[in-house]
Amino acid sequence: MTTMTATTTQVYQLFIRATPEQIWEAITTPEFTAQYFYGARIEVTGERYLSLGPDDSVWGDDPVLEFEPPRRLVHGWRSLYSPELAAEKASRVTWEIEPQDGGYCMLRVVHDQLEGAPMTAEAVSGGWMMVLSGLKTLLETGKPLAD
Amino acid sequence: MDDDAVFKALADPTRRHLLDRLHERDGRTLSELESELEMSRFGVMKHLRVLEAAGLVVALRSGREKLHYLNPVPIRLIHDRWIDKYTEGHVSALARLKTTLEDTA
Repeated sequence: MTTMTATTTQVYQLFIRATPEQIWEAITTPEFTAQYFYGARIEVTGERYLSLGPDDSVWGDDPVLEFEPPRRLVHGWRSLYSPELAAEKASRVTWEIEPQDGGYCMLRVVHDQLEGAPMTAEAVSGGWMMVLSGLKTLLETGKPLAD
Repeated sequence: MDDDAVFKALADPTRRHLLDRLHERDGRTLSELESELEMSRFGVMKHLRVLEAAGLVVALRSGREKLHYLNPVPIRLIHDRWIDKYTEGHVSALARLKTTLEDTA
């Protein structure tokens, strides 16, 4: 998926066999995110989205724009893990969790407002898929995705 | 969740063509997609519905418009489940063969 054309809005949607509360916890608590988000420990509160790399360097530090556990989270995005990408304009990430029949939830991630961040758009397009398929595996099997 | 729906959706050349168009440029309206295909509006709508049901296309409202986005996750999951497993051995065998041939050349 490295040839994916970068656009200003990217949409990722998948079904996960878990409750909305489990998915919410997995995307907002560092113990969980470390297992599927490239090792990043991400802590989300009503005000702040803070992502720390395995070496404690700041990978992301952005405002939380909407915080409605366990259904909706909107936060800013800057790729602070790379000086080149960090120089681009901030973009926005929206997480939506919708319960479905049969014990599943639909998780939709929309990464938009990427107009001022073409390199970030290119860089994250493959990354989101790794992250989300890892999140699904972790929640459904209790184990991180083997690589 | 439903691999069958994804395989079925991918089994049609028009639907694969629609996915390629969206891969080229994402977030298009029905009218934009229709103008690139020699097919009735109803025909394009029908194919988009199948793609949406399989989760390969996600339609999001933007004001009065409905924009269609390619959702690459189901293809990724099928890749992880089906393609990786069967190609890994062959690919590494071919890579070894290439190295051997190039070393002796």
